[in-house]
Amino acid sequence: MKKALLALSVLALVGIAPRAAKAQIVQIDGSSTVFPVTEAVAEEFQKSKKGKVKVTVGIAGTGGGFKKFCRGEIDVSNASRPILKSEIEDCKKSGVQFIELPVAYDALTVIVNPKNDWVKSITVPDLKKMWEPAAQGKITTWNQIRPEWPNSPLKLFGPGADSGTFDYFTEAIVGKAKSSRGDFTASEDDNVLVQGVSNDRNALGYFGFAYYIENQAKLKAVPIETAKGPVGPSAKTVEDGTYQPLARPIFIYVSKKSLDSKPEVREFVDFYLKNASKLVKDVKYIALPPSAYKIAEEHVSKRKVGTVFGGTAEVGVKIEDLMKREANF
Amino acid sequence: MDKPSASVIGKSIASNKSRDQVFAVIGLLATFVGMLTLAALLFDLASDGLARIKPHFFTSFPSRFAGQAGILSSWVGTILVMIVTALAAVPIGIGAGVYLEEYAPKNWFTALIEINIANLAGVPSIVYGLMALGLFVYQFKFGQSILSAGLTLALLILPIIIVATRESLRAVPGSMREAAYALGATKWQTTSDHVLPYSMGGILTGVIIGLSRAIGETAPLITIGALTFIAFLPDAPVKAEFPFISFEWLWSPYSVMPIQMFNWVSRPQAEFHLNAAATGLILMAMTLAMNAVAIYFRYRFRKRIKW
Repeated sequence: MKKALLALSVLALVGIAPRAAKAQIVQIDGSSTVFPVTEAVAEEFQKSKKGKVKVTVGIAGTGGGFKKFCRGEIDVSNASRPILKSEIEDCKKSGVQFIELPVAYDALTVIVNPKNDWVKSITVPDLKKMWEPAAQGKITTWNQIRPEWPNSPLKLFGPGADSGTFDYFTEAIVGKAKSSRGDFTASEDDNVLVQGVSNDRNALGYFGFAYYIENQAKLKAVPIETAKGPVGPSAKTVEDGTYQPLARPIFIYVSKKSLDSKPEVREFVDFYLKNASKLVKDVKYIALPPSAYKIAEEHVSKRKVGTVFGGTAEVGVKIEDLMKREANF
Repeated sequence: MDKPSASVIGKSIASNKSRDQVFAVIGLLATFVGMLTLAALLFDLASDGLARIKPHFFTSFPSRFAGQAGILSSWVGTILVMIVTALAAVPIGIGAGVYLEEYAPKNWFTALIEINIANLAGVPSIVYGLMALGLFVYQFKFGQSILSAGLTLALLILPIIIVATRESLRAVPGSMREAAYALGATKWQTTSDHVLPYSMGGILTGVIIGLSRAIGETAPLITIGALTFIAFLPDAPVKAEFPFISFEWLWSPYSVMPIQMFNWVSRPQAEFHLNAAATGLILMAMTLAMNAVAIYFRYRFRKRIKW
């Protein structure tokens, strides 16, 4: 008892005592979609620095990451979508200037059960018919989408409403972010969706490319019909811009102040862009062409602050378009 | 009225006895539900994760390669956070319990405090996280540190410790207190020399149950900024140079085992799921070990009681 009290008072004293100078730490938070990429870079970066620089990565979500970023609490924000107007306002208020760096592409993948032998490909209007809010309780069988498909129940699986993937998919398919029917099996854990679709012949779902790649034996990816015919998700179709509109860039946002005042942040970002193409492939995301990382490096060295997206949710930005915009930025 | 015949009485006894046995079976089944759930859980975790529990799993940092990844930063984080939690929650919890049970006058104000404590025990843990974010992280400027995490979890388990303390103080017979008063002891002498030592077993059980709950908490820690990737350890508490003891670790960023587990479970690669199972197994083992310590203490303190 007495010892515990003593310890508590020591604790209180430490609380009052001024904090010693902090070690070199690069603080990162944000999207869990971007997390595997940044984790891989952080791991390699710390190895190369032999522990002299510390890197921490959290998973507060894209929105949560921007909140911290715009309050100036972290150096880098992981984001699975471009920064929004309201977030730009927040950053402006507290004087945080940011540099936007696309680091990889992700392909949202529409998947069905391998035993599903009727779906060969699907159009965006088909998907809209399935997922729009008006479909709730009405579109319940496959033949309501296309008459040649069987009269069997349509079981839908998708990420929960807090996910950036959900935001992007609804924006790309329905035309308005977060606008979706509510009567589908939702889970924030994509592995639950993998399980659900792999156990039900009548199921259809969507999630990030990496989850499909790891579970190819249990799932079938549905090609999306485009003007040039059906296109399935792969590194190639994302790179040449044919897999649309479900391919999306993912970003890191770097605080200009951190870049200027913390050499370790500068080093980390350089390391990120130099090693991204290899590390992105390691974690099963789709790398940008080497020239894209070159442009990003230029943006860093010239401290080009701002976004090329104008603060709106935008879908179907091909790598080529993105690079043109970045180059002209 | 006729006397009931022996056969009627016999029947009634027999039916009562069989009902007794039926209840015994139902009770046994009810017990087995709990036992089997735990056994199934342990078996499931062990079948997935046991192969991963090797020395390097404890000495490696997280990695993008599941086979090389380990829980070094998260188990160290868990233990440091638990130390802060215990140091803060135990004295405050026992102090509050002793005051409410031994000192507090029975009036409406005490009743209000009691209702509040009972309510606090039912507040969802995420709410503690939100409060701690405002209070510890921003108001007190503790930041996203081990100190914030430990204090948050301390608040979370405070009601458990207070209630357990009061229960075990209440179990000490009133005659003990009266005997002490009769010999001229003050209230504090009675409490510190007699009542508290006698109830220590029960209090420690409450403390350990509280800590076992805290060790598995994820939601409030994510709210106050526990990290997922952290590949360094907090500052060592003991230094080679003056003043030899350092509290810098209190300010360190941290991760804890449930958060590491959560992250691995949600990864696409199946190998990461094995890591998560292994982490779960270790977490279970830690909780069971803590419970074993509680049982041991209870046994030891009971043996010392001479009345």
